[in-house]
Amino acid sequence: MLISVKDLKTYFFTHRGTVKAVNGVDFELRQGECLCLVGESGCGKTVTALSILRLFDSPPGKIVGGEINYNDLDLAKCSSKQLRQIRGKDIAIVFQEAQSALNPVLTIGDQITEQIKVHMPLDRNQIRDRAVSLLTDMGIPSAETVMSYYPHQLSGGMKQRALIAMSLSCDPQILIADEPTTAVDVTIKAQILDIFRELKTKRRMSTIFITHDLAVVSEIGDRAVVMYGGKDVETAPVPELIVSPKHPYTVGLINCLPDMSKSGDRLTSIPGTTPNPVDLPSGCTFHPRCPRAMKICSQEEPSKTTISAGHYVSCHLYT
Amino acid sequence: MKHKVNHKLLQLRNLKKYYPVTTGLFSRHVGDIKAVDGVTLDIRESEIVGLVGESGCGKSTLARTIPRLEEPTAGKIIYHGKDIARLNKKALNEVRREIQLIFQDPDASLDPRMTVGDSIGEPLVIHHIGDSRERADRVAELMKQVGLEAGQTGMYPHEFSGGQKQRVGIARSLAMNPRLIIADEPVSALDVSIQAQILNLLMDIREEFGLAYLFIAHDLSVIRHMANRVAIMYLGKIVELADKNDLFDNPLHPYTEALLSAIPSFKPKDRKRILLHGDVPSPLNPPPGCHFNPRCHRVMPICNQVEPILKEVAQSHLVSCHLYK
Repeated sequence: MLISVKDLKTYFFTHRGTVKAVNGVDFELRQGECLCLVGESGCGKTVTALSILRLFDSPPGKIVGGEINYNDLDLAKCSSKQLRQIRGKDIAIVFQEAQSALNPVLTIGDQITEQIKVHMPLDRNQIRDRAVSLLTDMGIPSAETVMSYYPHQLSGGMKQRALIAMSLSCDPQILIADEPTTAVDVTIKAQILDIFRELKTKRRMSTIFITHDLAVVSEIGDRAVVMYGGKDVETAPVPELIVSPKHPYTVGLINCLPDMSKSGDRLTSIPGTTPNPVDLPSGCTFHPRCPRAMKICSQEEPSKTTISAGHYVSCHLYT
Repeated sequence: MKHKVNHKLLQLRNLKKYYPVTTGLFSRHVGDIKAVDGVTLDIRESEIVGLVGESGCGKSTLARTIPRLEEPTAGKIIYHGKDIARLNKKALNEVRREIQLIFQDPDASLDPRMTVGDSIGEPLVIHHIGDSRERADRVAELMKQVGLEAGQTGMYPHEFSGGQKQRVGIARSLAMNPRLIIADEPVSALDVSIQAQILNLLMDIREEFGLAYLFIAHDLSVIRHMANRVAIMYLGKIVELADKNDLFDNPLHPYTEALLSAIPSFKPKDRKRILLHGDVPSPLNPPPGCHFNPRCHRVMPICNQVEPILKEVAQSHLVSCHLYK
């Protein structure tokens, strides 16, 4: 086991109230697997990822509880100096929008080599060679030339690939990818998913992959954690999650996708909207939208129940 | 489908929209970005035509050129026998009542300083319909139709969620009783659970009012769910046009094949993926011959020399590719 996150709570203290973005999340990442964090906007999946490397502004953000265990170190409590040694070197992150994650006034080369300079004892030429070979590995043609390009000279897919190359520059043990396929076209999406597949088979990379797209999850995920209202509501191996989802929210998420195999009928939608993280519903946070809500759901928070080995769900239906 | 799908509502004939590229002190004309480059397409009464393509292929420009939010460079936009491209301002205004747009990002398309009631009622004011009393009644009725409460009239866009804002956009587009709605990626900014709600709403409205849609999306599963016919666009041109089932079950153009195979699905094992290399080329300097030839997996010598034309190769199945004679 590489990382184990226990009862993680990250709150943002704003003038409009406390935003409980992550409100008690448990999961673990194993060696060589692709773990997907799935959920809709505002469910806390991105903040969970950012919490691992503490990459949010503090204040207003703060990890108020829980543990993030990595190599005998609790990343939730360790000093920022210790964390700086880990960021980019042991645990790297790929951000969602390549456009805004890249600095528009620095060349791609400058941006890739920056991290290598910090973490690796190499001279200038070695650093440059390393950067070029990383770009080539990501399928960027004429990488030598691309090194001197500015981000606006690259297409969306190229930018995303440059960003992935950058995150791999110091051979990290763990890669966190925050919706790397969201803002891109289907054909580019397929290319990027292929890169992640290759990282897993060739480098045995352990990945935390954040997405809202269950179809993407079923393509590359080994296990998935479904999040809602800042909590993990269901965790299962991906094939099991797709075939026999247990939590009514997971069931809803799968059913509301316009499936390629059927068409024309009405879609089963989940009524209502995602909850406001400043003012979360009592009991189970999903109960106001749940088609199978019971009396207990608005009163008591459900605890985790084991369905089968590795399949957990937090729902009163199964207790 | 129980609708009568025969009478032609809108006919695009060789429609072009070029953006000139100029350089230097005297704005020397050095080329054109051919955003829409000769599109011929019919939309029939009560029909949903899905338009699919990658970003930069010109689908949004096409959407904006139909009601002349962008002036067409050449070609005809025939709506009910009249060529929109040649109408004067007054006549254009009349036609624009019947053709309405729904935009992608409801945050950008609603004025943050107008109440949603005012936003929905604005088309009525512009076209001088009713007095303020009648307009208020109409706004309340529209809000009910799209699943909002009449009591929310005085609220501002920031008080609504993404899905609700998109409902406001839909209500506004319905205000003038349109015949054709051009929906430009109406659900791509929404969460999946909300996306299903909005797609259902769009279907309901269409049942109720017998509207035709030009439905633009990059998500093929959404298109398959909504459309009757599907047009695939690549670099300003339509490369394949067919009935939905025909297109999805029997894609002819290599680009369509690749697009369909690229969709992430729940059953990834049972299909062969055609991986496209590279990106969409710049529309300023498209490749010679067939624009798709540098990325095509079935490319032939003729492809970079002669540009294929869109022709019918099977019953109402049009494709523009040298593979089909």
